[in-house]
Amino acid sequence: MTVPRVVIVDDHQMFRAGVRVELADAVEIVGDAEDVESAVQVIRSTAPDVVLLDVHLPGGGGKAVIEHVSATTPEVRFLALSVSDAAEDVIGVIRAGARGYVTKTISGPELADAVRRVADGDAVFSPRLAGFVLDAFAGSAEVRVVDPELDQLTTREREVLRLIARGYTYKELARRLEISVKTVETHVSAVLRKLQLSSRHELTRWATDRRLI
Amino acid sequence: MTPSGLMVIPDALRRVPCDHRGVSPARPPLQRQRDGALVAGVASGLARHLGLEPLVVRLVFAALTVAGGAGLLAYAAFWVFVPQVGGDAVPSPGREQLQVPALAALTLGGFLVLHEVFAFPGGSALWPALVIGIGVAIVWQQADDAQRRRWLGANDGSGTALRVAGGVVLLVSGAIAFVATNHELTRTMNGIVAVLVVAAGLVLTFAPWWWRLLNDFTAERRVRIRSQERAEVAAHLHDSVLQTLALIQRRSGSPDEVQRLARSQERELRSWLYSRADELPGGGLAGALEAAAASVEDEHGISVEVVTVGDVSLDEHVEAVVRAAREAMVNAAKFADAGLVAVFAEVEDNGITVFVRDTGKGFEPATVPADRRGLAESIIGRMERHGGVATVRSVPGEGTEVELRLPRALS
Repeated sequence: MTVPRVVIVDDHQMFRAGVRVELADAVEIVGDAEDVESAVQVIRSTAPDVVLLDVHLPGGGGKAVIEHVSATTPEVRFLALSVSDAAEDVIGVIRAGARGYVTKTISGPELADAVRRVADGDAVFSPRLAGFVLDAFAGSAEVRVVDPELDQLTTREREVLRLIARGYTYKELARRLEISVKTVETHVSAVLRKLQLSSRHELTRWATDRRLI
Repeated sequence: MTPSGLMVIPDALRRVPCDHRGVSPARPPLQRQRDGALVAGVASGLARHLGLEPLVVRLVFAALTVAGGAGLLAYAAFWVFVPQVGGDAVPSPGREQLQVPALAALTLGGFLVLHEVFAFPGGSALWPALVIGIGVAIVWQQADDAQRRRWLGANDGSGTALRVAGGVVLLVSGAIAFVATNHELTRTMNGIVAVLVVAAGLVLTFAPWWWRLLNDFTAERRVRIRSQERAEVAAHLHDSVLQTLALIQRRSGSPDEVQRLARSQERELRSWLYSRADELPGGGLAGALEAAAASVEDEHGISVEVVTVGDVSLDEHVEAVVRAAREAMVNAAKFADAGLVAVFAEVEDNGITVFVRDTGKGFEPATVPADRRGLAESIIGRMERHGGVATVRSVPGEGTEVELRLPRALS
């Protein structure tokens, strides 16, 4: 199995250094960057498998990096990282195209696992992101439904998200639901797709009510 | 007011940045210039802005004044609304001398307009009125100077006061003379007219001053609010983050303690930064669970991650759920030997569900000693008393999950 090639984008030098050490055995780190402009350059020149992307970056945020890069190098995958719990920021970067979101308090092995998962094309949901998504898709939609298939989560998808929010790993979740890990990944990827394409997010309360100072 | 008088004000207020339209980037903004001013710098400022000769602008103002008074009103409006810039240099004496006839002409023009339009009693009242006009003009002129020097706070305050006093004396004496020349006409009205004239004069004189003072206050208030906000942020960071960082440096030998400090500081800062606008009044379930998790983190040195979906106001039943959940977190901290406890709460139409899960060592529910009241009383018993259900799933070696469920009808 080849080791994923990774670029770290974060404006805190200390955090980049820490992640480099933590991931040193699991992945090959081919570059890092501290703002949107340098990130776009580094990613274009190194063409990594996975970019570890801070949600908050000088020059437009992680979202801007994804938007710039996906135009020229769509095969690069992004895993969003942040210390922020502001739902609109996290959902924003996911909707821009990130394959997952984890908080910066994640442990080294878990992060390495998440990077590998993203490199394989799967989605990575932290408990918090699962909570945000359940929130976004909560309730019966009194909405102009553009695509009903995109606008609702299936019962099974909800079940999977709830277990993730309860702190279950994919493996624990698969055993609990008596399905394979691969099936769990399929469900999570389907949720990710709905999150990226549905218009539902615009109607949720956090999109308007939760604001930074 | 004539339409022409009305239409110039918005333009003056907007003060369109010149390069904005990309037509002529060299066009200077509309500002009253101290240098080149005959009266208040309106005509010269406007001329510079429009790229015309000041004389042309002045003639237009004069023509509008003669033809119905619009020019005078427009001039006054520009004077009030267009900010004055530059010209820290004292105007040359020659300029000062030029200004006197300009002011006089302006006053005379204003008087003639009043005479024509309102059939003002002319003749003998003309000269007192001229004196009033000059008095007013000097004080108005003064308002500009005073503003530039932050009103009376400047070093040449005595000169300022002198000029204001002179203007007022001229104003009052003119008013008295005006009334005196007319006193045989309406002897009984004398007193009232005198008061009215003086009051009107004062209002006219000080209106721009008040207006500018008000603007000054607004600007000052804005600056003050900004600096207060800064001070508040600084104070908060000092009390919280800096104190914690100092503590962390001193306890660097104890990783658990450092972790606990960092965690509790992170939580505090996060709640300060991202305080939820949608939080229920009096604190809802989400807030109460987060507070409970925070206290468990602080007391037992573990991490508790709380994820909530939806929220509901607290009542005694919901509070019971929070207390049961807290007990479950405490149990996980004390007995599970796990570093992390995950709490997930979901509020749905048909009820509230809370999960408290750890991946610690787990236990056989059947083997729990009878003296451990926590699980039986504080969790299961409490939920039952409030019409809910508590379910405990535990597998030795894999962890424990407590599920608390409260049907909606009861909450």
